[in-house]
Amino acid sequence: MLRALLQKRDFYAGTLLILLGCGAILGVRSNPVGTLMHMGPGFFPTALGVILVSLGVLIAGMGLGAGGDTDRILPDHPEWWAWACIIAGPMLFILFGEYGGMAPATFACVFVSAMGDRTATWKSSFVLALGITIFGALLFSYVLHVPFPIFRQVW
Amino acid sequence: MIQQALQDLWWGFGVALEPHNLFWCFIGVLIGNMVGVLPGMGPLATISILLPLTFGMKPVAAILMIAGVYYGAQYGGAICSILLNLPCHPPHAVTCLDGYPLTKQGKGGVALGITVIGSFIGASWGITEMIFLAPLLVRVALQFGPAEVCSLMLLGLLAGSTLARGSPLKGIAMTVLGLLIGVIGSDIETGAPRLTFGLIGLTDGVEIVALALGLFGIAEFMSSVNQTAAVDTKYSNVRLRDMRPSMADLKLAFFPMIRGTIVGSLCALIPGTGPTIASFVAYATEKKISKTPERFGHGALEGVAAPEASTHSSVQGDFIPTMSLGIPGDAVMALLLGALIIQGIVPGPQLIKEHPDIFWGLIASFWIGNILLVILNVPMIGLWVKLLTIPYKYLFPSAMFFVCIGVYSTNNDMFQVGEVLVIGLVGYVLNRLGFHPAPILLGFVLGPRVEENFRRAMLIARGDMLTFVERPISAFFIGMAALLILAQVYIWLRGRKSGESLLIPDLEVGMKPHIEAPVSAELSKQPAE
Repeated sequence: MLRALLQKRDFYAGTLLILLGCGAILGVRSNPVGTLMHMGPGFFPTALGVILVSLGVLIAGMGLGAGGDTDRILPDHPEWWAWACIIAGPMLFILFGEYGGMAPATFACVFVSAMGDRTATWKSSFVLALGITIFGALLFSYVLHVPFPIFRQVW
Repeated sequence: MIQQALQDLWWGFGVALEPHNLFWCFIGVLIGNMVGVLPGMGPLATISILLPLTFGMKPVAAILMIAGVYYGAQYGGAICSILLNLPCHPPHAVTCLDGYPLTKQGKGGVALGITVIGSFIGASWGITEMIFLAPLLVRVALQFGPAEVCSLMLLGLLAGSTLARGSPLKGIAMTVLGLLIGVIGSDIETGAPRLTFGLIGLTDGVEIVALALGLFGIAEFMSSVNQTAAVDTKYSNVRLRDMRPSMADLKLAFFPMIRGTIVGSLCALIPGTGPTIASFVAYATEKKISKTPERFGHGALEGVAAPEASTHSSVQGDFIPTMSLGIPGDAVMALLLGALIIQGIVPGPQLIKEHPDIFWGLIASFWIGNILLVILNVPMIGLWVKLLTIPYKYLFPSAMFFVCIGVYSTNNDMFQVGEVLVIGLVGYVLNRLGFHPAPILLGFVLGPRVEENFRRAMLIARGDMLTFVERPISAFFIGMAALLILAQVYIWLRGRKSGESLLIPDLEVGMKPHIEAPVSAELSKQPAE
């Protein structure tokens, strides 16, 4: 029974929608709803939240029923390592960007993302990251003048 | 009226041929063609990455460039489908069916030649349609009050979410989610912060660049990382002289091109049925009316000519509701509108009158861009084929950098980078649960205008919801929307009874690793002959 429940993709899809809808309704609690004629800022989001919850109930219900989608939620070959690398890329970009500047941020982001590929090696990722860092610094700093110092004065 | 249109068009050419605009149009189609060829990079991700760069540009140049990327990618996508059997871009998936067998028979060049001709014919027709139809639509649309605008947007959103790929119910859910994301930020009338959860970075709302890059960048990379097979370029040696079709080939492909064009332009008029559906319908039509349907799937030239012409005519036609009514048919058009809004231009029926340079300049640039694309694709085919061999493992890390720096540069704020990461993660989860991200963008772009018009309509009607069905034009749109829902319910009930699936196959956006992979690594080392 439990195993079967885990396979119901649509059940989870619907549940997620219900959660998102509830989140929206709770999130705009502080905004007045008003009347239909004089709508407050809370009216539209609350209405959307209610619609989202009802759609969620509908999808989850159909998912539990016979005709539901029985696909697995995870892909056949989960790529935990690659996913972690891709998520770590922007995180390191923020970290190194705040404290190091554009060049270290770019290098860290590209290097770590590149390690996500199964065939990547330290060397290939290093070369790619170095190339993109030089190219990126030239393009964004010198050509497009994005206000992001290449190296920050840390101390 | 025709004279007026031609006069405006002439003026539009003046705008599009200004060196500055011409340059960005060229850059747009060049980049578009490039990403169209690159397996694993779609026009959506590319346009999102380029969007921050357009902030500093003049509105006309920005729009010409973004549009150029979109239709340029269609030319490139065909190369990918025909030579590699990779349906990198959904509209060209159907071209693989006959394009790749032709390549195997050594007629890949001819197929590409026919594609270029068909594309140009299709695009030309789509543009002509826009020249005459858009001003007509605008004249009607200018009479609309808030109630009509609201109903029309409802219809547009419903069509966009139910006719696209995947389950209609999930599509609607994503549209509602998009509308909700559009709510985040300060309320237009009272300025009260809504759904910001106390985060100052969200006061100005979610950045469209962050939303698009999260959904079509990071989420997309997460689903296609390590899923790609090495590209097989065994048959990809195409030279310029191989591309010239013989008289017999032309004769064979001429009527399929015309029929494809007509199918495409009809599909463009229905919001939500973009180029992908158009190409499938064109292929199916061609197969049905052919005297020798058994040839299809084994290298029938008609099976390449019709869907390609149809795709291009539909791609150009997509711009009609976008530019004349301000209602996008798909995610790319939503991004285009987003770019307009960022430039401070309000999309809608008043656009043609208030910014004729954008509208007519864009149309003129379509012609120029398409001619540029033909020039780019015919003599430089060898170069594009070379691009096909760039592996995904170098592409996506580089793209990750462009995602980060692009979203950072919108406000020079690291908060946006965090935003794009969160959106990307949520986008991937939604993707795994069978939701398609495109309707989110539609809802997001239209959200603020839907709310504004809804509130205004209710104020005028003194809170009477019946106003939407009492006013005739609005009632017509609501009726169409109801019809759309009923049709979906009918298809669903019938599909359940007979167990047959919907007519549009649910294609994966990414690549399908269905090529015999390992051989090609050795092959690509050998010098090209």
